[in-house]
Amino acid sequence: MSGFLSQFGEALPFFAQGVVITLELTILGAALSVVISFIFGLMALSQSVGVRFVSRVFVEFFRGTSLLVQMFWLFFALPLAGIQLVPVATGVIALGLNYGAYGSEVVRGGINAIPRAQWEATIALNMGRVQRMRRVILPQAVVGMIPPFGNWLIQLLKGTALVSLIGLADLTFETQAFRDATGNTVVAFTGALIIYFILAQIFAVLMSLLERRSKASIGQPMERRALGGLGWRLGGSEAA
Amino acid sequence: MIWDWNFALNEALPQMLGAFLKVTLLATILGSVVAMVLGLILALLRRSRIQLISRPTGWFIEFVRSTPLLVQLLFLFLVLPRVGITLPAFTIGIIGLGVHYATYTSEVYRAGIDGVPKGQWEAATALSLPPRRKWQDVILPQAIRNVLPALGNYVISMFKETPYLLAITVLDMVAIAKNIGSLNFKYLETFTIAGLIFLAASYPAAVLMRKLEIRLGH
Repeated sequence: MSGFLSQFGEALPFFAQGVVITLELTILGAALSVVISFIFGLMALSQSVGVRFVSRVFVEFFRGTSLLVQMFWLFFALPLAGIQLVPVATGVIALGLNYGAYGSEVVRGGINAIPRAQWEATIALNMGRVQRMRRVILPQAVVGMIPPFGNWLIQLLKGTALVSLIGLADLTFETQAFRDATGNTVVAFTGALIIYFILAQIFAVLMSLLERRSKASIGQPMERRALGGLGWRLGGSEAA
Repeated sequence: MIWDWNFALNEALPQMLGAFLKVTLLATILGSVVAMVLGLILALLRRSRIQLISRPTGWFIEFVRSTPLLVQLLFLFLVLPRVGITLPAFTIGIIGLGVHYATYTSEVYRAGIDGVPKGQWEAATALSLPPRRKWQDVILPQAIRNVLPALGNYVISMFKETPYLLAITVLDMVAIAKNIGSLNFKYLETFTIAGLIFLAASYPAAVLMRKLEIRLGH
C-alpha cells in the first residue's frame, strides 16, 4: 500500500496537469451546453411549427449521432472543409452541442412542468410574453431543471475523457502519458478513476447546494435529505 | 466540390457497414445482455438485508457510474493482463460496456421493483409463495414490464458509446472510418457516413421507445 502511495505521488504532477484541462473542458462545455439547452428548449415551445421543427431536428441530430463521431468530425473532417479549430474549441463545441441537445429536453420539460394556473395568472396580469417568461415562468422552471442538469453535468464530466482521443492533454491523456513514462499501469488507471470519482462527487455536492439555494429563493421548502453526491441518479428515460 | 461520391458510396460505405454489423451491433447486443443480467443481479444485491452485501454493492454502482467508460475500458484492457487474465480486446469491450451500463440498469430495475404495488407483495406473502416464485412470477414480470422503455433507452445510449472500443484496438465502424479516412484525407466522407449510420439506427429506436412509454402509460 505504501508502494502504491509513493507511486501515486510520482503520478500527481501528471494528474494535476490533466485535471486542469478536464475541469476547463467540463466548465466551458457545460456553459455552452446550458446556452444551447435554453435556445433549443425555448424554440421547442414556440408557437411556430417551423421553429419547433428546427429545434426538433437539431436535438434528434445531436442526440442520435455519437459524441465521439461528432468530436472526430469536428477534429478531422471540418479542417478539410477549410475550418480549423483549436483542439480545446473542438472539444468544447462537441461537448456543448451533444449535451446541449440533451439539455434542451430538460429545459422543455422544466417549463412544461409549471402549472397552468401560473400561465393563466400572467395573462390575467396582462404580462407580455417576455415579461411572463422572465419574471414568472423561468424562475420557477429553473429550480426544477437543476437536478437533471446536475446529472448531465456528471455525464459531461465523464464525456470529457474522449478529448484524449483527439490529443488534448486531459486527465485521461496524462494518465496514459504517466503509464508510458513509468510502466505503472495499475497506479495510473486506479488513480485516474479515483480522481474522476472525486470530481463527480464534488460536482454533485455543488449542484445539490445550488438546488437548495434556488429552492429557497422561490420559497419552496428544502427537502430534509442527506446533502451530497451519493445518491444522484440519472432518470432512465433521459438517457437516450 | 470536396465530397467524393465515388469514394463515399463504393469504398467507405461497404467497409463501414461491414464493421457496423460485425462489431458495433454485435457489441451493442452482447453488451446489453451483460448489462441486463448483471444489472438485475446488482439491483437484487443492493436490496439485500445483509448490509455487508448491500452497502458495497451500492458503492460499486456509484463508483462505476461516476467514472468515464473510456477510462474503465483502458483500465480493464491494460490492468487485466497484469493479473494474468488475457482476453481478446472485443471481449474486454463487452465486459466494460456491460458492467458500466449494468450500474445504470440496476437503478432502473430498482425503480421498477419499488413501483410494484404493495398489494402484490402482500398477496405473494398471503399465498405463502416461496421467495423464488414471488420474485420470478409476481414481482419481476411487473417490475420489468414497467421499465422496458428506460432499459431500451440505455441500450440506445450504449450503442452510441460502442465506438469507445476503438481506444482498446477494437476495429469498430468509427475506427474503420478513421483508418480509411486517413489514407487520402477523406475524413469528411467517412465521419459523415458514420454519423448518419448512427442516426439512422438510433432515431427510429428512440421513437419506438417513446411509443412504448406512451403505451405503458407513463
